[in-house]
Amino acid sequence: MSTLSSQVSSSQVSSGHVASSQTSSGQQATQGTREMTLGQAIREALAEEMRRDPRVFIIGEDVAEAGTAFKVLTGLVAEFGPTRVIDSPISEAAITGLGVGGAMTGMRPVVDIMFGDFIGLIMDQLANQAAKIHYMSGGKLKVPMVLRTTLGATRRSAAQHSQSLHAWASHVPGLKVVLPSTPYDAKGLLKTAIRDENPVVFFEDKMMYQLKGQVPEGDYTIPFGVADIKRAGTDITLVATSSMVQVALAAADLLEPLGISAEVIDPRTTVPLDTQTLIASAKKTSRAIVIDEGYEQYGVTAELASIIADGAFYYLDAPVKRMGAMNVPVPFSPVLEDLTVPTAQTVTDMAKTLCGKA
Amino acid sequence: MPHPHTVSSHKKEHRKEQYPLPADREQALLMYELMLKIRLFEEQVNELYTSAKMPGLAHLYSGQEAVAVGVCQALRRDDYITSTHRGHGHCLAKGASVDRMFAELLGKAAGYCRGKGGSMHIADQEMGNLGANAIVGGSAALATGAALSSKMRGSNQVTVCFFGDGALGQGVLYEAMNMAALWKLPVIYVCENNLYTEYTPIGETAAGEISARPKAFGIHTETVDGQDILAVYGATQRLVERARQGEGPAFLVCNTYRYYGHHVGDVQRAYYRSKEEEQEWRTNRDPIKLLGARLIENDRATPAEFERIAQRVQTEIEAGAQFALNAPYPDPSEVTQHVYA
Repeated sequence: MSTLSSQVSSSQVSSGHVASSQTSSGQQATQGTREMTLGQAIREALAEEMRRDPRVFIIGEDVAEAGTAFKVLTGLVAEFGPTRVIDSPISEAAITGLGVGGAMTGMRPVVDIMFGDFIGLIMDQLANQAAKIHYMSGGKLKVPMVLRTTLGATRRSAAQHSQSLHAWASHVPGLKVVLPSTPYDAKGLLKTAIRDENPVVFFEDKMMYQLKGQVPEGDYTIPFGVADIKRAGTDITLVATSSMVQVALAAADLLEPLGISAEVIDPRTTVPLDTQTLIASAKKTSRAIVIDEGYEQYGVTAELASIIADGAFYYLDAPVKRMGAMNVPVPFSPVLEDLTVPTAQTVTDMAKTLCGKA
Repeated sequence: MPHPHTVSSHKKEHRKEQYPLPADREQALLMYELMLKIRLFEEQVNELYTSAKMPGLAHLYSGQEAVAVGVCQALRRDDYITSTHRGHGHCLAKGASVDRMFAELLGKAAGYCRGKGGSMHIADQEMGNLGANAIVGGSAALATGAALSSKMRGSNQVTVCFFGDGALGQGVLYEAMNMAALWKLPVIYVCENNLYTEYTPIGETAAGEISARPKAFGIHTETVDGQDILAVYGATQRLVERARQGEGPAFLVCNTYRYYGHHVGDVQRAYYRSKEEEQEWRTNRDPIKLLGARLIENDRATPAEFERIAQRVQTEIEAGAQFALNAPYPDPSEVTQHVYA
């Protein structure tokens, strides 16, 4: 096994990098960083972890020569071979369960579930098996597994290939849930996920695979439970996850000329959740909107808004507002589909209302 | 309704082939003792439950002892098993101790899972027991993943996945078997056909032949009389050897019978099976009696030895139950421990 010890080791490069509104990743280009897409950052994290740790392997549908439907894994099978990049039958439940069993017995599986909608097929393996085995065994068994899957609408993929179901995973104690929104975050968070001793569900926005940003060469990790201030501001807090971070940043750009300074906070992980950063920002700005692409009803926005309302109650000048996906199955027709998710404009309008500038 | 998986089809098996006693007399006596230990353990569980000393549910293994012991006797200590809601027998056969088992069943901190798992989730990693599973068929993919893992690690371990006939209705079993066959994984699927899927006869829940299912995947399949421990042991030895040699998965159908109801509270069960049928199995097909008779016939043991074994086991069971009754409950602070590793 080759190691990366000679390469840049910058595990301290992590949170707290305040974005300029010009770069999507929030990282200024420095020596040792390159611009790459979010998909490339995922691939680089996997390749580096597989070189570092022979226990790491990938299993999923069309992950080898095809490199997945999204071409995120292209080239990995050439380096690591078909015994570590395993093409599976179309059996989401069992490949997840194989991952759980493999993780319980000394391996570090990375299970690839092509579309987040398919977690409907794997819920027993995820919620009843992976999430509970450590607890049910009184701490004797553990499941260090990563399940990578996708979320996000507006790809014209209709109701069964467009949902953002990370709230389902976030609901079950025992799972950790990661929502990267930049190439930099994707690489560092995926490395942390692979090294974690618990089952981690890692949701990637299909529409962001081509998003570019600066990514350091070599090894760095980003701790879970540390929110990132993607843009600093003073008048309103926009808490946004995954696909909605770019929407919130675009809204902040639209708000700036109106004299509204928006702070964009990305929790990066819903479990564990950095409640303190969310609350502190809302206390500072006195207004907050939570934006997430999951269904609005009983979803991530409700949880985060409740935490902010509890923690910042005496500092708030307006109710905490929630913006999620419309409570309808995602329609195919582009005209209809685009209505179902928050946009920079709808977020801007909501922020103006909260700030009394509508 | 006439159906291939009936009591009469069960009876065909034990006329077929007489499996030899183990060459090692001590092993034969150990098999006897382990089966008796499971039997008496379950009787004690029934007593604890009906006297309201045990909370929750208990699914007793009585009647099926030859399957757990026969299979596990053919395994190494580091081989894996996955178990089911009816799993006390599997745990004991793989080497669990009676006192910590009882403690787990009573929700005590000294239990195998610190009282957090209970009857349906006992895991004993040191003995290769990856845990009982309360989702029917829930361990099929886990066991197959353990087999994939041991193949990748080159550890030469074999994994046995125990499940009942009820799991034949679960799709994930077939997904997992397909991959085990494709990748020649060292996993043995042991189907304990006790004729009843909870409260429903198997003829109403499983179409076709059980053995036709694994055969469709090209998986080596054998069917044995699950009341004959020597048949179970002999078959498992062959299947384990195949798996260790890299010849891939196997499927073992063990035709057996559950003496009690689906769980200890299932007492009025005449609507799904007769007392005569239960008595027939207890009288003529009891696995402990059958092995005892073989040992006596072959001059490998005496009734006095069986009496000594019974006394020893009874003492162990009583002491284990008493240990558990006296053991402390977990500290309330444990409720939030072990959610994450």
